[in-house]
Amino acid sequence: MSASERAFPLPSEIRDLPGTEGWEQMYPYFTRFRPEDDKVFWFYNAMHFPEPMPAFDVLTAEVPYQALGAFTTRVFSFPTTLGIDHRIVNGRIYITAYPVTDPEEIGRRLAVFQERAGYYFQNWERLYGEWKERMHALIRDLQAIHVPALPELDDIETVTSAKGIGQNHYVRESYHRTIESFSKMWHHHFEFLMLGYGAYLVFFEFCKKAFPEISDQTVARMVAGIDVFMFRPDEELKKLARLAGELKVGHKFGDGSDPTEIISALEQMGEPGKAWLAALEETRDPWFLMSTGDGFYHHHRSWNDDLSVPFSAIARYITMIEAGQSIERPTAALKAERERIIADYRALLGSDEERGAFDQMLGLCHLVFPFVEDHKFYCEHWFTTLWFTKLREFGALLARFGVIADVEDFFHLHHTEADLALQEVALAWASGGPPAGRGHWKPILKERKRIWEKLKDWSPPPALGPIPENIADPALQMLWGITSETLASWARKPSVADANELHGFAASPGVAEGVARVLKSANDIGQMRDGEILVCPVTNPSWGPVFGKIKAAVSDIGGTMSHAAIVAREYGMPAVVGTGGATKRITTGQRVRVDGNTGVVTILG
Amino acid sequence: MAAFASPFADLSVVDRPTVGGKGASLGEMTRAGVRVPPGFVVTTGAFERFLAGVDPEGHIRRSIEALPAGDLIAVSKAAEAARARIVSAPMPAEIGEAIVSGYAELCGAGGDQPVAVRSSATSEDSSEASFAGLQETYLWIVGADAVLHAVRDCWASLYSAESVSYRLRFKLPEEGLAMGVVIQRMVDPRCSGVMFTRSPLTGDRSVIAIESSWGLGSAVVSGVVTPDKYVINKVTGEVVKRTVSHKTVAHVPDAAAGGVREIAVPDDRRDAPCLDDAQIAELARIGKSIEAHYGCPQDIEWALAPDVDGTERLFLLQSRPETIWANKERQPAAAPKATAFAHVFDMFGGKPRT
Repeated sequence: MSASERAFPLPSEIRDLPGTEGWEQMYPYFTRFRPEDDKVFWFYNAMHFPEPMPAFDVLTAEVPYQALGAFTTRVFSFPTTLGIDHRIVNGRIYITAYPVTDPEEIGRRLAVFQERAGYYFQNWERLYGEWKERMHALIRDLQAIHVPALPELDDIETVTSAKGIGQNHYVRESYHRTIESFSKMWHHHFEFLMLGYGAYLVFFEFCKKAFPEISDQTVARMVAGIDVFMFRPDEELKKLARLAGELKVGHKFGDGSDPTEIISALEQMGEPGKAWLAALEETRDPWFLMSTGDGFYHHHRSWNDDLSVPFSAIARYITMIEAGQSIERPTAALKAERERIIADYRALLGSDEERGAFDQMLGLCHLVFPFVEDHKFYCEHWFTTLWFTKLREFGALLARFGVIADVEDFFHLHHTEADLALQEVALAWASGGPPAGRGHWKPILKERKRIWEKLKDWSPPPALGPIPENIADPALQMLWGITSETLASWARKPSVADANELHGFAASPGVAEGVARVLKSANDIGQMRDGEILVCPVTNPSWGPVFGKIKAAVSDIGGTMSHAAIVAREYGMPAVVGTGGATKRITTGQRVRVDGNTGVVTILG
Repeated sequence: MAAFASPFADLSVVDRPTVGGKGASLGEMTRAGVRVPPGFVVTTGAFERFLAGVDPEGHIRRSIEALPAGDLIAVSKAAEAARARIVSAPMPAEIGEAIVSGYAELCGAGGDQPVAVRSSATSEDSSEASFAGLQETYLWIVGADAVLHAVRDCWASLYSAESVSYRLRFKLPEEGLAMGVVIQRMVDPRCSGVMFTRSPLTGDRSVIAIESSWGLGSAVVSGVVTPDKYVINKVTGEVVKRTVSHKTVAHVPDAAAGGVREIAVPDDRRDAPCLDDAQIAELARIGKSIEAHYGCPQDIEWALAPDVDGTERLFLLQSRPETIWANKERQPAAAPKATAFAHVFDMFGGKPRT
């Protein structure tokens, strides 16, 4: 097949973007495409990595794939799938899954899987309880990691408690502990996740068989949790808005006001202002540790780092309360509605036999959903936000010793390079001489940042290599929604007739028309205006607060079980996810129509 | 009197043997509070009395039973003779009076009103009824004389050549053969169509499919127009699919000649949807309640038409059990297992997945 006939280019056909030559120096050797990779099908993991990777942040791919594969390939022995492999080209992460196809091997793996996965399913609630304790301990340990200040002289306690260890040792130890804790977190993350998704997948497949025309979003409504962690940060904002009303400090909040100014105004107000600020402090750990991304990039800062996101939501809630509008999330009604939907579908089944299977499968989904829904806050938000904060302490150390110009530059070092730079600082502190890193890293970092900026201009193809005849890998389906149909829709070249149409998954029903606002990065969330239609690369849980002010949401990537889809359904707001390229084809200010029933987005001009 | 003509409001499904399936169903719906154009049914008793008057010796029945099933010429000759006797025979006074007074009551004070006259088969089996030619429908019949004629035309359809052949082929007895005749106020619909309370494509019981087009529903049923199509989720009420078609023709009442005629749809209405979201939702609600009432998926005919007060309302014209998917064998989607998680083992068990 010639290049023009193939739907997707081969890895070897990808060329450097002019001006980005040498980009591969930022990433480990094993992430480069090899000649034999041309035979494999790869797809761009835009769901987790919608931007080019800074050198340090590649750890957020390597470590999760180590952990995911450990549990699917080696711990639970999933019968038909091994793990995920990844490559980086032009700063973007492409992945593939290794299936198991030999029936004998599948049989062997199945026997092991039944024993091991069975143990987890049988003891799910107890093990999940232990998991939460382990996560809390891991978070405590991370917070307790001390980054030495390396002052002119070591602390007196080193002498009086006869530690016998100079504090520069802890540069190494603490850095390694920080990196290791991230790895442990990701192992915990995948410990239950694939089993949980397995339960979901079984129920989805059953529903599709019993009700051939049921939509994913309707199945999702039967499964989705209502009292789950991911709603909590938004609930906390509402609580703070109500408190502002009670303390009569609400007038200090204006949409778009600078949080620093609001805080200083509150401080000057005396008791009521102080009471509100005390409540804010209490909420911030952990509920403001929400990343504005999914914890895969250092620059997706948290609410704690940038209070403008939560403060603008609080301001809006205060206005709503003053206008007599309800800001309560009707959890009782949502639960009742979910129960009604379940009961109605159950009644429509053809036999008691089917109802028995339905009860078992849905029961299993409801057993696993607290983990599936809550793990993300523990792992990607709570832990990871603290982890990046801890890493910034090491960055500050390097900056103080003049090795890097700015704390944020730390994340343009690969983690092994950061290790080296830190060791050299520890060495220089001990020797009393100047670190060589001062001259070494700054020009390299300057060039990397230039390349990294330039790489953002590249439009990565959704996939590379030959399309497999049949792609039915449960891991790909569960995590990325990749099926043969998805690939077919990616491969379809847009015709002239539908030049103004984008097709995605119908994630939340309803039709809305309005002005689009394209946000390429989660950090720009503050630009959203009332009544606009959000167009973004990937819908994200921390965007919850803006959902109240937008008319509809469109994303490049995403599935119907994503938190954003669930929130959109609760707000009764149309959403189309997984359009592939909405952020490229739509520009801010265009009028668009979002049909959340059919998954079609139309550009009206 | 009640023996010859029964108003819908007096009927329910148990009356099927004396008024036929269509009549019994319209009665049942009327009593269940569904908006059905008012009407009454000429009972099977009326037909039997009529036939006893036309043919007291039972010649017609005996001669038909004696026919050789394969002799099409003999069958069609005998059938034609029987029909001729039925349509030309005078209506016995007591039956005629029952029909005329039922019609007058339907018309009220406004003078003669158009009605639909339809046969209503007593057969349990709808495919038998359809083969046997028991699905006669005369639309837009105006005036008592025309109604009496249409009733006799319906009765005569029992003796159509295909109907007689069918009975001969399956050796069905002539004795006791009868039908009801439904006489129902006609509505002049802006649009109308059909509704299945399960998917006609996949049999999915969680959806409702609606088809609609301009004018009378006969255009949709006879297939002269590609109707608009809607699929509604029965559980959530969401319209999950919506196809607005290019509708070129419509059936409308022929006020001058009676019956219906086909007209071209004006350009500006051809691509316009017939129903709005509120009407779709109301239809789906009605479909759900009728299905719940009967306990099985229904095949429904409906119309959106001015009521007597001039306000446009949704009317149900007919509802019968859906038969195509109901008669299909279906494998259960899954059966319970020893443990809930055994389903996960099965999914990952290496069986081909698509």
